[in-house]
Amino acid sequence: MALVLTEEQTMLRDMAKQFFTEQVPVTNLRKLRDEESAEGYDKAVWQQIVELGFAGILIPEEQGGTGFGPIGLGIVMQEAGRTLAATPLYSTAILGAGLILAAGSDAQKAELLPQIASGELLTALALEETAHHNPKQVAMSAEQNGDQIILSGQKNFVIDGHIADKLIVVARTSGAAGDANGLSMFLVDAKAKGVTITRTHMVDSRNAAIVSFDKVNVPVSDALGPLGAAMAELESVLDLGRACLAAEMLGGIEAVFDTTLAYLKERKQFGVIIGTFQALKHRAAEMFCEVELCQSVVLDALSALDERRNDVPRAVSLAKARLGDAARLISNEGVQMHGGIGMTDAVDMGLYLKRARVQSQLLGDTNFHRSRYAELGGY
Amino acid sequence: MTELDTFRAETRAWLEENCPESMRTPMPERETPWGGRNADFPNPDTKVWLDRMASRGWTAPEWPAEYGGGGLSKDQARILQQEMSRINARTPLASFGLWMLGPALLEFASEEQKKKYLGEIVRGEIRWCQGYSEPGAGSDLAGLQTKAEDKGDHYLVNGQKVWTSYADQCDWIFCLVRTDSSVKHDGISFLLIDMDTPGVEARPIKLISGASPFCETFLTDVVVPKENLVGELNKGWTIAKRLLEHERTMISAMGMGGGGAASMGGMEAMAKENFGEDGDKIANPAIREAVTNHKMDHQAFALTLKRAADEAKAGQGMGAAASMFKYYGTELNKRRFELLLDVMGTQALGWEGEGFDARELSITRSWLRSKGNSIEGGTSEVQLNVIAKRVLGLPDA
Repeated sequence: MALVLTEEQTMLRDMAKQFFTEQVPVTNLRKLRDEESAEGYDKAVWQQIVELGFAGILIPEEQGGTGFGPIGLGIVMQEAGRTLAATPLYSTAILGAGLILAAGSDAQKAELLPQIASGELLTALALEETAHHNPKQVAMSAEQNGDQIILSGQKNFVIDGHIADKLIVVARTSGAAGDANGLSMFLVDAKAKGVTITRTHMVDSRNAAIVSFDKVNVPVSDALGPLGAAMAELESVLDLGRACLAAEMLGGIEAVFDTTLAYLKERKQFGVIIGTFQALKHRAAEMFCEVELCQSVVLDALSALDERRNDVPRAVSLAKARLGDAARLISNEGVQMHGGIGMTDAVDMGLYLKRARVQSQLLGDTNFHRSRYAELGGY
Repeated sequence: MTELDTFRAETRAWLEENCPESMRTPMPERETPWGGRNADFPNPDTKVWLDRMASRGWTAPEWPAEYGGGGLSKDQARILQQEMSRINARTPLASFGLWMLGPALLEFASEEQKKKYLGEIVRGEIRWCQGYSEPGAGSDLAGLQTKAEDKGDHYLVNGQKVWTSYADQCDWIFCLVRTDSSVKHDGISFLLIDMDTPGVEARPIKLISGASPFCETFLTDVVVPKENLVGELNKGWTIAKRLLEHERTMISAMGMGGGGAASMGGMEAMAKENFGEDGDKIANPAIREAVTNHKMDHQAFALTLKRAADEAKAGQGMGAAASMFKYYGTELNKRRFELLLDVMGTQALGWEGEGFDARELSITRSWLRSKGNSIEGGTSEVQLNVIAKRVLGLPDA
C-alpha cells in the first residue's frame, strides 16, 4: 500500500487536529494536574470524544463503532499526542476494545463493545509486574477451582487503573514466568472483592495505578479467550497499542519541534536571532530528518496492522524503538534550545519531555523493541 | 487482465528472450556499461544487452519516445524494474547523461538540443561528465570563475574544473561557466562542450581508495559554438540547482546498498561468521546491537524514500527532500562501512594480493570511497544548511 493518507483519512486527521487543538489544548492537562483532578481526565472532553466516534474507532459499525481501523486510530492518537490530551483512549478505545475484539466471545463483544463506543465503560489492562515490559514474564497466578478462577498477585503501571470499570487481567493458569504458553486473560470488575486499586502519580501527570488481587474470584466464563493460550491475541493487540503509542509520540515530537523552531526564529541573543547560529541550525535540520523518518515508520506500522501484513511485529517494533529514541532526542533538544526558560514549568517543553519517557516505557522501550526486531529477523 | 498485467507479461517474455545469460550475473566493476565513443566491452554481451534495451528506449524508460526514450508511465517503469530484478538483469547503461544531464535537458533545453543529445544518451553513444566544482569553488559553488567570453559567433572558455567524474574517458562535458563577472548567481550559464575540442585536457586524480574516478579538467582557449548554451544566458544557476537535486537523489540512493557484496542482507550473516551464534543471535551483544541499529536505520530510511515516492505520485511534495535524502543516505552509508570494518576486523583492511578474497578487497575500497559521499554533490554541512534555510525557514546570519 502507498505510504500516503487517503482522502477520508486526511479528513479524519483535520477533524482530530481541530478538535484537540481547540478543545483539548495543553492547558487541559495542566488544569487536571494543578487542580489535582480525582479522575485524572476530563469527563466533558471524553464525552466529546465519544460523540466524535473516537472511542469506538476500532469497533465495527454494527456494534456501535465507527470502524476506522488502525490507521484511523493512529491518526487520532497523533493529534492527541500533539496537545498531550489526557484521555482514556489508550486504555479503553485501543487496548480494551482491541482485546475484546480479538479474544472476546460473541456474547462478550455484544455486551461490552457498544458500551465502549458509547463511553459508558472504561477499561484498563493489568499486565505489568515489574519495571520493564515483558509479557512472557508474567507470573501472577490464576488458579482454577471448578468453575471459578482465583487471582492472586499484584500489577503495576496499570494505565487508567483507578478510573476503569473493568480490568483486563493477564495471569498465568499454567507454566512459569518466561513461558509464552499458560497465559490467560480475565475480565474483572474493578469493584470485585479482593481488588485493591492504588493510584500512582507519574512524572507525566497521567493516570496509572498499582492493582493488587487478594484471592479474587472470577467465573471461568469471564475469561477473555481460551485459558492458557492468550499470548497470540494479547501480542497482536499489544502491537496495535505500541503502534498507537508511536503515533502519539510522533504528535508530541512534532509539537516540540514546531515550538522549538518558532523559538529559534524569535529569541535574540548577542543582538541577533539565535536561529542564525549554525550550531543550532544544523541540529534543527537533523531533527527535521528524524521527524521525517519517524513519520514513515509510524505510517508503515499502522498500514501493516491495517492490512494484516505478516511483518506486523517487526514494523511495529521498528516504529516504537525509533520513536522512543527520537522522542528522547527531540524533547531534550527542546529543553536545551529554549535555554533557562525551557527548565521552567511555565513553558510546555518539560511536559512533553516527561510524557515522552512514560510513552517510551509503555509496552516496551527502545531496547526491548530493538532486541525484538533483531530476534524476529533471525539474529 | 489489466493493461499493466499485460505489460508485465510482455515485458517478462521480452526480457527472458533478450537478456543474455551473462547479463544476469553480478557485475564486476570493469564491466560497468558506461558507453561512449571509446566504450570497451570486455564482455561482448554487455554491448548486445545495451543495444537491445536502447532499441526499445528502455535505458531511459520514462523519457518521451520522440527523444528515444521508452515513453513508459511510472507504473510501467516500475514493472520493468521489477521484472529486471526478478532475473537479476544488470543495468544496461550506467551514465551521467541518463541520471543527471538528461532530466535537465528535458526541462530546459531547446527542441533541437533535445533531439540531438537525448537520443545519443539513450543509445549510450556519448559519455558525459559534469564540470561544476573548481579549485576555488567547492561548497561555495556559485563562486566559480571559469569564464566564457562572447566572441560573436562563439564562446571562448578559459578556466579549470575539478572532480569531473571520469573526464579522461568522457566525450562531452556539461559545464557551469561565468558569463557575467559583475554578479554572482546571476552571472552563470550552462554550456555543453565537446571534449575533443582543442584546449580541453583531463588529468586523473588519485584517491585514498587507490581509484581515480575523478579528474582535473583544464580549459584553455576552448572555442564553443553558441548553440551549445542550454537555457538562457546567465540563468545557468537555475539549471545547476535542479541538476544538483538529481545528483543528490542519486548519491543518497547509495545509502540503500550498493557496494555489491556488502549489501544489507549479508551484514548479520557476516557478523555470525565472525562472532559466532548464541541460539539464533549474533553472539557478541555489542555487535548485535550495532548491526540491529543499523538495519533499523536502513529500513526507516527505505520507508522514507518509499513515502516520498508515494507522495510525489499523489501530487504532494516533500519539500527539499533531496537534501534530506542526500544527507541521511550518505551518512548512513558511511556508518554501514564503518560497521562492516567492525564486523570483519582485519579482513576488511587488506589492500591487495594474498590473504583477502575479492569481496573483502572490494569492501575495503568501497569503505574508503564512501568517505566522499558526504562531500560530493554538496557536503553534509551544506545539506543541513539547505534544510535549515529552505525547509525550516531559519534566517541567514
